[in-house]
Amino acid sequence: MTQLALVIDLNVCVGCHACVTSCKQWNTSGQAGPMFDDRPYGENPTGTFFNRVQTYEVGEFPCTETIHFPKSCLHCEDAPCVPVCPTGASYKRKEDGIVLVDYDKCIGCKYCSWACPYGAREFDENQKVMKKCTLCVDRIYDQSIPEDRRKPACVISCPTSARLFGDVHDPDSEVSVAIRESGGYQLMPEWGTKPANHYLPRRKTKMHIHEDELKRADNPLKKEDIRHETSTDTTLDDWLM
Amino acid sequence: MHPAFSVIFLTTLIGVGQGLLLALFSAQAYGMAKILPAQPDAFFATGSFIALLFLLGGLFAAVFHLGKPSYFITRAWRGMSQWRTSWLSRELIALPIMIGLTFIYMAVYYFGLDADLYGWGVEGQLPLTVGIATAVAAIGLFVCTGMIYAAVKFLQEWACALTPVNYFLLGTASGFTLATWYAAGAAPGLVQFFGTWAIVLTLAGLVTRAAALFRNGRIKRKSTMQTAIGVRHTKVQQKSMGMMGGAYNTREYFHGATVVMLKSVKWAFLVLTFAVPLLMLWAGLALGDGSLFLLAFVAQYVGLLFERWFFFAQANHPQNLYYQIVG
Repeated sequence: MTQLALVIDLNVCVGCHACVTSCKQWNTSGQAGPMFDDRPYGENPTGTFFNRVQTYEVGEFPCTETIHFPKSCLHCEDAPCVPVCPTGASYKRKEDGIVLVDYDKCIGCKYCSWACPYGAREFDENQKVMKKCTLCVDRIYDQSIPEDRRKPACVISCPTSARLFGDVHDPDSEVSVAIRESGGYQLMPEWGTKPANHYLPRRKTKMHIHEDELKRADNPLKKEDIRHETSTDTTLDDWLM
Repeated sequence: MHPAFSVIFLTTLIGVGQGLLLALFSAQAYGMAKILPAQPDAFFATGSFIALLFLLGGLFAAVFHLGKPSYFITRAWRGMSQWRTSWLSRELIALPIMIGLTFIYMAVYYFGLDADLYGWGVEGQLPLTVGIATAVAAIGLFVCTGMIYAAVKFLQEWACALTPVNYFLLGTASGFTLATWYAAGAAPGLVQFFGTWAIVLTLAGLVTRAAALFRNGRIKRKSTMQTAIGVRHTKVQQKSMGMMGGAYNTREYFHGATVVMLKSVKWAFLVLTFAVPLLMLWAGLALGDGSLFLLAFVAQYVGLLFERWFFFAQANHPQNLYYQIVG
């Protein structure tokens, strides 16, 4: 079974919101119709987004760390939003595990959004249906796009390559290796939703310098220089000059 | 959660309708068993018509919970398809069944239909059969309505057996209170029966609702800021939710009311749903004054509107952890 997912490296994310804007751009131009912005230049602007970058501060000054945290639908393997849908508009694709909404069947009752602990679903106030991240399903299978570009818009746009995309069920895929070798974890594991998207934790690169590396202990004769002393005899070079 | 008035009116109105129908059915069954005085057909026909009006009022309110009211015609029928997994889908099946059976119940009494279905040789076998089916549908609808909320495990205030119990008891209490007022005018022999049961159900509702309040005041949250973003540190603060203007996430899951407002609504519903109706019902039964029953019902219904508002507002969704601060 294939389960496509994103792996987001919090160690690399710089919080530039490029994934937010590219997500909005791709999905508002797509076949599913626009994602509206209401009152974009007005007093109380709002709109539909599938992806957000949030910022958290860990610790207390002066020992603080800033974490930029991109958040979108996690395409849970045991997606709680799917079985609660009364119309069957919300579904999880068998072939690749993407959780989608059929906008033509949705009645806008919002029950699925109550059943998502991550707040990943957004109700479109203009189209009056529930919307969510599609993992760019209209892009990743598009034969007219060069093969190396058939990735979600957010992954393509990330300037620091903080977002990886692939099949988390394939143990040798880039994403599985990253999860396995870099300590990938899931959000809110206590609910048993088994999110397919994983996050890679912050990693500190430290230099360990021991004292015996600064003061040489393995050179008892203090013989640092292996060069031989220069001769004071007249050489052929002196004669030629 | 943000309280939606469509759902507040839906659940309170159909609760009254179901409760009234159950009251009528109990009078009908006891009347046939000669425990209570039998009533003329017109009493049940008019009574079930009132119940039908409440149920249809609830259905009308439900239309406004859809994304667009037009979805009621074009898409709502699909809502009956996922009954295997969704309690909401089950309610969308149970509600029309309840409305249909109430209509049949009314029609059977209005036209005086009857048949010796079981060979007992007594009158009222067909109305009894329809009555049993309607009572089962009413109880089934209560279960579905309550389970819609109790089945969402992420809302820990709702994910509790007390939720469907409260929907049942508060609905039947308001239905029996209305039945008491109706009987005061139409069937004085039933006032004592309906009135006593209205008091019993209101008291039982007070016990279970208070138990739910007690439980919800002491919930241990499963999700924390640490599990939400997966960083193991005692001090994690949100600095930005990624937007300034707000979104669905900030509108749907927050009630936006002040603490004072929340507390006022809680005390308002406790007084209006329980204290005032209990006093009025007791005084009405003691003094034999029918108008007090109307006062009891109006107070209880208004109280239930407050109760339902508070039920939504009190529920705290784990996604709120991601939306702590604008910036």
